[in-house]
Amino acid sequence: MSAALHLHSEAAGSHEHHGHHKQSFISKYIFSMDHKTIGKQFLITGIVWAIIGGLFSVLFRLQLGYPDQSFPILETIFGKWAKGGQIQPEFYYGLVTIHGTVLVFFVLTAGLSGTFANLLIPLQVGARDMASPFMNMLSYWFFFLAGVVMLASIFVHTGPASGGWTTYPPLSALRQAGDGQKIGTDLWLISMALFIVSSLLGGLNYISTILNMRTKGMSMTKMPLTMWAMFFTAVLGVLSFPVLLSGAILLLFDRNLGTSFYLSDIVINGEILPNEGGSAILYQHLFWFLGHPEVYIILLPAMGMVSEILSVNSRKPIFGYMAMLGSMFAIAILAFLVWAHHMFVTGLNPFLGSVFVLLTLLIAVPSAIKVFNWLTTLWKGNIRFTPATLFAIGFVSLFISGGLTGIFLGNSTIDIHLHDTMFVVAHFHIVMGVASFFGMFAGVYHWFPKMFGRYMNNTIAYIHFWVTMVGAYLIFWPMHYQGLAGMPRRYLDKRGWASFNQFGDVDKMITVVSIIVFAVQLMFVFNFFYSIFKGRKVTTKNPWGANTLEWTTEINPGHGNWEGEIPEVHRWPYDYSKDGRDFIPQTEPVGADESKH
Amino acid sequence: MSVNAINIEPKAKTHPHKFTMWMAIASIIMIFAGLTSAYIVKSNQANWKPVAVPQIFWLSTLAILVSSFTLELAIRSFKQRVMHWYRMMMAITLLLGAGFLLLQWMGFMELWSQQVTFKGSGAGQFLYVIFGVHGLHVLGGVVVLAILLLKALFIKQRSDVVSLQVTGMYWHFVDALWIYLLVFFMLIGK
Repeated sequence: MSAALHLHSEAAGSHEHHGHHKQSFISKYIFSMDHKTIGKQFLITGIVWAIIGGLFSVLFRLQLGYPDQSFPILETIFGKWAKGGQIQPEFYYGLVTIHGTVLVFFVLTAGLSGTFANLLIPLQVGARDMASPFMNMLSYWFFFLAGVVMLASIFVHTGPASGGWTTYPPLSALRQAGDGQKIGTDLWLISMALFIVSSLLGGLNYISTILNMRTKGMSMTKMPLTMWAMFFTAVLGVLSFPVLLSGAILLLFDRNLGTSFYLSDIVINGEILPNEGGSAILYQHLFWFLGHPEVYIILLPAMGMVSEILSVNSRKPIFGYMAMLGSMFAIAILAFLVWAHHMFVTGLNPFLGSVFVLLTLLIAVPSAIKVFNWLTTLWKGNIRFTPATLFAIGFVSLFISGGLTGIFLGNSTIDIHLHDTMFVVAHFHIVMGVASFFGMFAGVYHWFPKMFGRYMNNTIAYIHFWVTMVGAYLIFWPMHYQGLAGMPRRYLDKRGWASFNQFGDVDKMITVVSIIVFAVQLMFVFNFFYSIFKGRKVTTKNPWGANTLEWTTEINPGHGNWEGEIPEVHRWPYDYSKDGRDFIPQTEPVGADESKH
Repeated sequence: MSVNAINIEPKAKTHPHKFTMWMAIASIIMIFAGLTSAYIVKSNQANWKPVAVPQIFWLSTLAILVSSFTLELAIRSFKQRVMHWYRMMMAITLLLGAGFLLLQWMGFMELWSQQVTFKGSGAGQFLYVIFGVHGLHVLGGVVVLAILLLKALFIKQRSDVVSLQVTGMYWHFVDALWIYLLVFFMLIGK
C-alpha cells in the first residue's frame, strides 16, 4: 500500500506549482501538503475532540457525584439515554468508552504528536517539508475520517461502543451482549482501523524525515530533545500499532464471520454458543502490546517539548542531554517489555508476573533520571514564568505524582488489591492524561507565535494554568483513597456498598471541580481561537530568544520554511547563558576561544 | 514537492522514500508477528486443530517467486532504457501477481471444501486470516504494478526510477513474507 502512496506522491509532485504564492483556498487550507498547516489541522481537530471527550467526562461525573439526583435537562437533550433525567447504564458505559478512546487516541496521540511532530520536525531539523508531504496529508485525512466514523457511532440508535476503550472480548465480540456491542462496536473498530492507518502514515514520515532530511551540520546529537522524543514516539507507534491491528482483525472475524479466536464455552441469555477453543486473554496480550507503548507514545512528545521549554525559559542548557537521550531510549525499549503488567490478575503465571514486575519497576530509573534533569535544568536558572513554563513545570509535578503510584501498581501483589479500582483511574489520569495535556498546553503556548504569528492572551493563560493545576489534583488525588478502599472503577452506581458511602461527598466535590476545570478549558479554547485572529502580533523572529532552527524562519513562514538557503547548523541547541551571552543560536559557528559546554 | 526535491542533499545515503519503505516493511512485519505469535500460543493449547496445507499453495509460491525475478528484470531494463522489454516484464509480473492471488483463492476454496470453515479457532481459521491479510498486501502491490504499467503504456513521460525501486522492495518483501508464512504453516502447530 505504501508503495502506492509513493507513486501518487511522485505523480502529485510533478503537477504542483512552484513556491507558495498562487495556492487556492482548498490546496492551502484543506488538502494542504504543508507540514505546518497539517499540524494546525491536527491541533484544531484534536481540540474539537477534546471538547467532546471532556464533555462526556462531565456527564458521567454528574452520575458518579449525584447518583440519586435527576437532571431533567439531560432528558431533554439525550432522550431515552437519560430517562427521568438520569444517565442510563448503557449510555454511561458508552460515555466512558468514547471518553477513553477519544482522549487516548484522537487527542493525546493525534492531537499531540500529530500536531507537534508535523509542526516541529521539518522546522527543527532544517527541512523544507516532510519526506513525503502527500503521505502526510493522507495521514491527516485518515484521522479525519476516523473521527467522522467515531462521531457517527455516537448517533446510531443502539448507541456507541460501550465495552470500555480496551474493548475486551468476549463482551466486544458478541452482538447479543448489549446495545453497545451492536453497530456501535463495528463503527468503533472501523474508526480505529482508519486511525491506525493515519498514525502509521504519519509515523513513517516522521522517522524518515528525522533520519534523512536534516540540514547540513545537524548531526543526531545536535538535534533538540523534542526531535528525539518525536523520533522515539514514531518508532513506538510504527512497531506497536500494527499489533493492535492484528488483534482487531481477529476480533472482526469473531464478531462477523463466526470464528472463535477469543471465544469459548459461552452461555448468553440462556443460549449456548457454539464457539470453542478461543482465548479471551489472547486479545489482551495483543491489545496491551500496543496499549503499553501507547502510554509512551502519549508521554514522550510531552517530555521532549517540556525539555525544550524548560531550557529556553530558564535560560540554561538542558542538564544531561545524553542522559535524557539515553533515558528516552531505555523507556522506548522497556515500553515493549512490560505489557503484561496490565494483566496480572488474568491468571498469568506468577513467575512470569514477577519478570514483568521487575521490568516495570525498571522504568522508574530512566523516569527518575529525566525528572532530576528537569529539576536541575531549572535550578538557579533565570526563569521566565511564561504560561508555557508553568505548564512545563506542572508536567514535571504531575509526572512525579503519577509516576510514584505506578510503583504501587507495578507490583503484582499490590495490584491484586488495586486493579480495576479508582486507584488505577487516578494513576493513569495523572501520569498519562493530565501530564500529557500539560505538555500539550505548554507546547501550544510556546509555539503559538510560530503557528499563527501572534501571542495568546497571558491573563487567561495564567488563570487556565492555576485552575487546571489545582483542579487536576483535587479531582484525581482523592481517587487514590477511594481505590485503596476498594472502590471499583467503571461502576455506574456504588450506593449499594455501605463501605463506599463515606466517599459520597468526595464524589460530589470531584464532580463540581471537574465542571469548573472543564469550563476553564473552554476559556483556553476561546483564547486559542480569539488569538489566532486578534492576538498581539509577533514583531520579532525569535520572541523567546531560543536557539533552535524554527526561530530563524520568517515570522509567518511559507511552504518551504526558509526563503533562502536552509541554514547550516554548527552547535547543539542548548547554548544558553554561555560565555556571558544570553543565547547562541544553532546557526552560529563555534568561536575559537569559546568554552566547552 | 517541488520544494521537497531541492531538499534532498547529495550526501543523503538512502532516498527518503526508500527509507520510508523499509520502515513500512518493519511495520507490516509487526502485523504478522502479532498474528503468528497468536498462532504459536494457541497451538500449544488444548483443542488445537491442525490443518493440512493444500498443495496448490506450492504453485502460488512458484508464481510469486518468478514474479520477483521478472520485476527485477523490468527494473534493470528500465535503467537501461529498453522500454519495450520493461513494459513486457511489467506485464508478466502483473499477470503473475494476479495469478498468485487467484491460486491463493483456489487454495482457500479447496480448504473450504474439506470442511475447514470459519467455525472454530484452529490452524485452518488462522490460515484464512494470515494468508488473507498477506493476500491483501499482495493486492496492494498488484494495484501499484498495474498503475506503473498503465503509465508505461499510455503516458510517454518517464516515471522516475525511485518509485520503481520502492515498488520492487515492497514486492520482494511480500514474496519473502509469503515464503516465511508457508514454511511457518508447514512446521508449526502440526
